[in-house]
Amino acid sequence: MKRIALLGMPNTGKSTFFNRLTGASARIGNWPGITVDLMSAKVLLGGAMAEVVDLPGIYDLHGFSEDEQVVRRFLENQPVDLVLVILNTSQIERQLALALQIKQLGLPAVLLLNMADEARKFGITVDTQVMGEQLGMPVVQFSAKYGEHYAEATQAIAAALRDSRPAKLDQLRGLLAPDHQIEASMEEVLKKSVIIPERLSEDLSDRLDKVLLHPVWGILAFFAAMYAVFQAVFTLGKPLQDGVAWLLTQVRDLALEPLLTGLPAPLHGFLIDGLYNGVGTVAAFVPVIVLFFLLMAVVEDTGYLSRAAFLMDSLMSRLGLDGRSFVMVLMGFGCNVPALMGTRVMRSRPLRLLSMLVIPFSLCSARLQVFLFITAALFTARQAPLVLFSLYLFSFATAIFTALVFRKRFQNSEPFILELPPYRLPTLRQIVLRGWHEVRHFLTRASKFIVAGVVLVWLLTHIPFSEPAAGPHTWAGLIGSLAEPLLAPLGIDQKLAVALIFGLVAKEIVIGSLAVIFGLEGNALTQAIAHQMDWVQAYSFMLFTLVYTPCLSAIATLRSEAKSLRFALGSVAWSMVLAWGMSFAFYQGARALGF
Amino acid sequence: MTVKLPTLQKGQSGTIAAIHAGDELYHRLAALGFRVGKKLEVVRKGCCSGPLQVRLGTTDVIMRRRDAQQIDVKVPD
Repeated sequence: MKRIALLGMPNTGKSTFFNRLTGASARIGNWPGITVDLMSAKVLLGGAMAEVVDLPGIYDLHGFSEDEQVVRRFLENQPVDLVLVILNTSQIERQLALALQIKQLGLPAVLLLNMADEARKFGITVDTQVMGEQLGMPVVQFSAKYGEHYAEATQAIAAALRDSRPAKLDQLRGLLAPDHQIEASMEEVLKKSVIIPERLSEDLSDRLDKVLLHPVWGILAFFAAMYAVFQAVFTLGKPLQDGVAWLLTQVRDLALEPLLTGLPAPLHGFLIDGLYNGVGTVAAFVPVIVLFFLLMAVVEDTGYLSRAAFLMDSLMSRLGLDGRSFVMVLMGFGCNVPALMGTRVMRSRPLRLLSMLVIPFSLCSARLQVFLFITAALFTARQAPLVLFSLYLFSFATAIFTALVFRKRFQNSEPFILELPPYRLPTLRQIVLRGWHEVRHFLTRASKFIVAGVVLVWLLTHIPFSEPAAGPHTWAGLIGSLAEPLLAPLGIDQKLAVALIFGLVAKEIVIGSLAVIFGLEGNALTQAIAHQMDWVQAYSFMLFTLVYTPCLSAIATLRSEAKSLRFALGSVAWSMVLAWGMSFAFYQGARALGF
Repeated sequence: MTVKLPTLQKGQSGTIAAIHAGDELYHRLAALGFRVGKKLEVVRKGCCSGPLQVRLGTTDVIMRRRDAQQIDVKVPD
């Protein structure tokens, strides 16, 4: 029986072709002289049975990787009647060398140019007749995947097989001798100077993994690590943010104010409170982003991120997400913006989009400020922690609910296979570079959008200029009145609606905006709010604030990371609908129960 | 005896007998060194049907059981 060897570079569809040619009859076999098992099958070709052997994919017949040595061993030990060289047509200029190497060995061969369909898309055309004459072997262009011209390929193989004679092994060995000498000297050098243990000793990574990937200790360590990162970002970030705020105030008071005195009040307000505040909003995120990515770089470069993915995957795969999404959702509890940027570690676009849809529901530190203020105003010191805890639960619940609703829409087809690198110490340079790149990315992509948004909200709350800022007759006040029929069933009145418009810019300014709207500060404001609403209204307002929209910077980041305004707006629309539904259910439910 | 990769116990090793994967998974696996004839070991199995940690030579890989299901492994009888 004649023997055919199938040879090609990796990713040329060699195995697809082998499966098509041999059907289900393939089996694994040992071959004398080589250490790995190869697949082979007996097939009927042109009226005679032939044995087809699938050789490992290689780039260079004279190379020295394990697979390349296996191929040489095979060719010089097993008499082969025909070599099928399979190449990717769209990469022909890089791959043709393999066919010429086979020709040089004097082996009878047929050249199969696969992925003809793909090559056509690139406009690559091959004159198989001319190429065949030049190479001295039949050339067929086909598609193993779609079966196009497959019959021609098998006919050419059958015809070539009929006339072929087995390769002369002596002659082959002679031609491959130089490679053997290199192999031998390589082995000699390695043997004398390098020690590679048969079984790798249990190294530090293995010992660490025993704890860090343990179903109980590993999970505890994971939450401890996340908590540490979280704390580090915000304890270090707070003074830095304060520093940035101080610097911005100094610039305003010492440089801008003196420069702009004499301007008409509206223009002055527009420049200082609109435009300059917009710049300030952008700047406030810079320290958090730098710190976040400095620490994420450590988590990633040490190899821990893959471990976290391993620990959390079983839960997250049920939600259509993966373990890495969970890390980002947790980070979102600090600040949504860097968490959204962090999803870039995921290569699959549907998976990234689904993660980005979920992250804005994380109760970030800015939202926490609003909730702390309101719970302090309306709940006792004993109730307050429970109220806050329930808000965190709602935050998780909305995230899970959103993932369940959209997991079909953003179905991730990419297999979840990650390399688990050994633990490494990251270098300072890598860490710093990462932080710097991310900040630059944020500044170039999101800053215009954020400044424009802040300016827009300033205009809404100040036009017409004859009205007091954020008053009921400004545009924002009118929007609040318009929205009243929609928000009244949630227990949210016109004044709170205006505060929600401010909340779109940044949750940090919601309380400040309430101070402007009510014209009160500090304790007086707390009392006014406690007087203004009961706890059901307050909780409904907090639920709505938690869900209705992430801040402008997060929306800008959604847009720039997804590279789609539609996606960002769709995400906000979904949040609005969800927030309304939740607040409505809560408020009406509580009222129906008599609270 | 040939079995599916996820049926291997923790610490058990075998030789890859076949990879029944679509193009995407196949390329991903090939890039990480999964080839017919290669020896591998299941180092760890995640709890609650979590992923597998598989070792090939000096490379460690984590993969979901669903993807690992596509890999046949020959184990000593």
